[in-house]
Amino acid sequence: MSTTATPGILGPRSGLLARANPVVKLLGALLITVVIVLSADPVTNAVALGGQLLLLAGVGMRPLRLLTRLWPILVAALISGWGTAMLSDAGGPVLLQLGWITVTTGSLAAGGAIALRGLAIALPGITVLLTTDPTDLADGLAQTLKLPARFVLAALAAMRLVEVMITEWSVLTAARRARGAGGSHTPWGVAGEFGGQAFTLLVQSLRRATRLAMTMEARGFGAGPRTWARPLHYSRVDVLVGVAVVVTAVGALVLSMGMGTHRYIWQ
Amino acid sequence: MTAASATIPVGASVCLENFGWHYPGRQNPSLAGVDAQIGAGERVLLLGPSGAGKSTLLQALAGVEQDPDGQSRSGELTVDGADPRDARGAVGFMHQDPETQVVLSRIGDDVAFGLENLAVPREQIWPRVHEALDRVGLHLPLEHSTTALSGGQKQRLALAGVMAMRPRLLLLDEPTASVDHEGAVELCRAVSRAVRQDGTTLVVVEHRVALWEPVVHRVIVLDDNGSVAFDGPTRETLHDARKLLQAQGTWVPDWVPTTRPPAHRRAVEVDAAAEGPDGGDECPRGAGTARSGRDRPPHAAGSPAPRDGAVLLSARELGVSRIQPSRRVVARERRRARRSWRRGETLEAPARRVVDFPPAAEHITLDVRAGRALAVTGPNGAGKSTLALTLAGLLVPVRGTVRASAVLADDAPPDPGLWDGSELISRVGTVFQHPEHQFLRSTVREELEFGPEQLRRHSERSKPRRDVTADDARVADLLRRLRLEDLAGANPFTLSGGQKRRLSVATVLAAAPAVVILDEPTFGQDARTWKELVDLLAEEMDRGTAVVAVTHDRDLMTALDAEEVGLGS
Repeated sequence: MSTTATPGILGPRSGLLARANPVVKLLGALLITVVIVLSADPVTNAVALGGQLLLLAGVGMRPLRLLTRLWPILVAALISGWGTAMLSDAGGPVLLQLGWITVTTGSLAAGGAIALRGLAIALPGITVLLTTDPTDLADGLAQTLKLPARFVLAALAAMRLVEVMITEWSVLTAARRARGAGGSHTPWGVAGEFGGQAFTLLVQSLRRATRLAMTMEARGFGAGPRTWARPLHYSRVDVLVGVAVVVTAVGALVLSMGMGTHRYIWQ
Repeated sequence: MTAASATIPVGASVCLENFGWHYPGRQNPSLAGVDAQIGAGERVLLLGPSGAGKSTLLQALAGVEQDPDGQSRSGELTVDGADPRDARGAVGFMHQDPETQVVLSRIGDDVAFGLENLAVPREQIWPRVHEALDRVGLHLPLEHSTTALSGGQKQRLALAGVMAMRPRLLLLDEPTASVDHEGAVELCRAVSRAVRQDGTTLVVVEHRVALWEPVVHRVIVLDDNGSVAFDGPTRETLHDARKLLQAQGTWVPDWVPTTRPPAHRRAVEVDAAAEGPDGGDECPRGAGTARSGRDRPPHAAGSPAPRDGAVLLSARELGVSRIQPSRRVVARERRRARRSWRRGETLEAPARRVVDFPPAAEHITLDVRAGRALAVTGPNGAGKSTLALTLAGLLVPVRGTVRASAVLADDAPPDPGLWDGSELISRVGTVFQHPEHQFLRSTVREELEFGPEQLRRHSERSKPRRDVTADDARVADLLRRLRLEDLAGANPFTLSGGQKRRLSVATVLAAAPAVVILDEPTFGQDARTWKELVDLLAEEMDRGTAVVAVTHDRDLMTALDAEEVGLGS
């Protein structure tokens, strides 16, 4: 059966951030993530998250739509926040008493901090993924950050095969149904069939990987020093993004320390 | 090899001296004592039976063959006097799988990939990318997604990637095996143009000889032992080696293997010409299959044999699409429709149209008839495979209906989409384009027994028990007819391409379906496998089985006397 193009999971890459240099975006995301990971108080996290949302709105990413598209992360953040609020024993006036569960203002604050942290940590990485073409990211990693070209390009080529594998899985399902398999109702029957199908996919993928490796080798991959066809562009967009990110990250820290609420995770 | 110079390269010369290749663990060597000198700029077609080491030879010439312990290789092989493994970039290599010829996700980047690896300066890369794409006739923007290309376009893209590197030796391993006829002709033309302009030495392995005959100077034919049997100028060698090539299954020009004509056509021919029944029919016959069209053995499924030409499956105003509702929705609708069918209500068509998907093809009306063949033709992307899967009950139609006749449906609902696994395989068998997708078991015999086994398990719950001995006889018969007896214990994944194809058809036939649907069954097959497939299908048609084939293969249509349904024209 012919391969059909799977609709892009990540959607079209356009807008101001898409034009920014992938390395700038990656380092920016790293900076914000580090600040958030190191800080455990709600103020730093809220300011960092708010700053990110403002930044995204500024480049036309419509943060609300982004958050609805990333609803699983939103849900996960809320659940972890709720769990923390219920279980932490931070003091303060009691708000709710349900048997052994006691929710105080202190525990609610801790829960809120956890939920915000989750969101604020997830957002930068996802933004980079959503706005960056994998090929451009690979170029940046290899040319600017000097990661080994062999490793970066092999990962890039493998990523393309993932898409092929997704299509192949649905073809396999139909092909096996045509043979009369795939009608099990018992859990172990279903597990067995899934295993069989996964095995076939694995065999196909290994062969494909071997052939792809042969193609790459025949095109001189790994033979020696290489050049890069695509120059890296730095523009005013990168300065803008860079400054905004630093302001957000440093601003969140400074504000929180100034208010005296800042707390490192080890404190 | 830094091809930094902008001068037009000249072809490389190849020297093979007593070259051999013996894979560890195999009984016979793939190549033995191969001696050949190929001059600069010479264009060679390499022929031989499948498994004769043609691909191995090309891979060795390309320097990509793995031989970690140095045990496999013997003799001398040089390209321009050097070991090809040290001369990357001087040799361009292409294989037959379009999916793994593409490395990157944008076509411009993909063509540039090889140049980057050769350390070509950036300012030279893009002009060469443009030039290469232009030469293979791929006029698309550089940002165009490689995933969105057809198989033929992917192969031309790969050729552009190789030609941009300006190789002095170009090696093509069945470059058109996965490409339709138009795509193959375009690819062949692009290769011919490129090698003539540059004076590149060319070695091509291909069993479609007619395609490459005008391009090459010289033909080398390998025999079953992996040695050179014939070597000489194109015309003379093809003439001298014709008998051997036909026996090997090579598609020599102006020749189609003689196959068993389907019974209904034989009957017509007998009536019309009052001639002997099987002129030139030389295939081995299964028991009771060589009868005239009017006296047919009972259908193997146990139901009364459908009258020759009776409609088994019909599509009305059908619209088909690959985009399907979620599996949960489909399953729920299937359960609901089955319940209402059991209550005796008629199935209404639009009940399950939850979302209105854009169809790949629509307004299709056709009838599938017992003992007849139906060919679905049309250009790439016209929705042929999608139609086949919809007829087979594997995809949900987006518009219109597929209905099974009372004879075919028997005690199941009249909509193939509602059938469960065992109801499906005894009625409609589907052979997918890639045999490996349908292999479920670890030996050839178990693979063939799988279908009948499912049916037996199912019939334990219903009245007439299935006969184990009859099933075993059918499996044994299929093994023998497809020359797979010696391989009954082998793992299906280890078979050769032609063997896999034969097995995949046989596994579906083992359940004795009344309708067989095949997607490009003869794609890339050599003439021997082709003949065996046609004979097998003709025999099935004689038993009253309906055959539906998605195909580009005109010879197949003629051999099966197929009615044609053209899509997207």
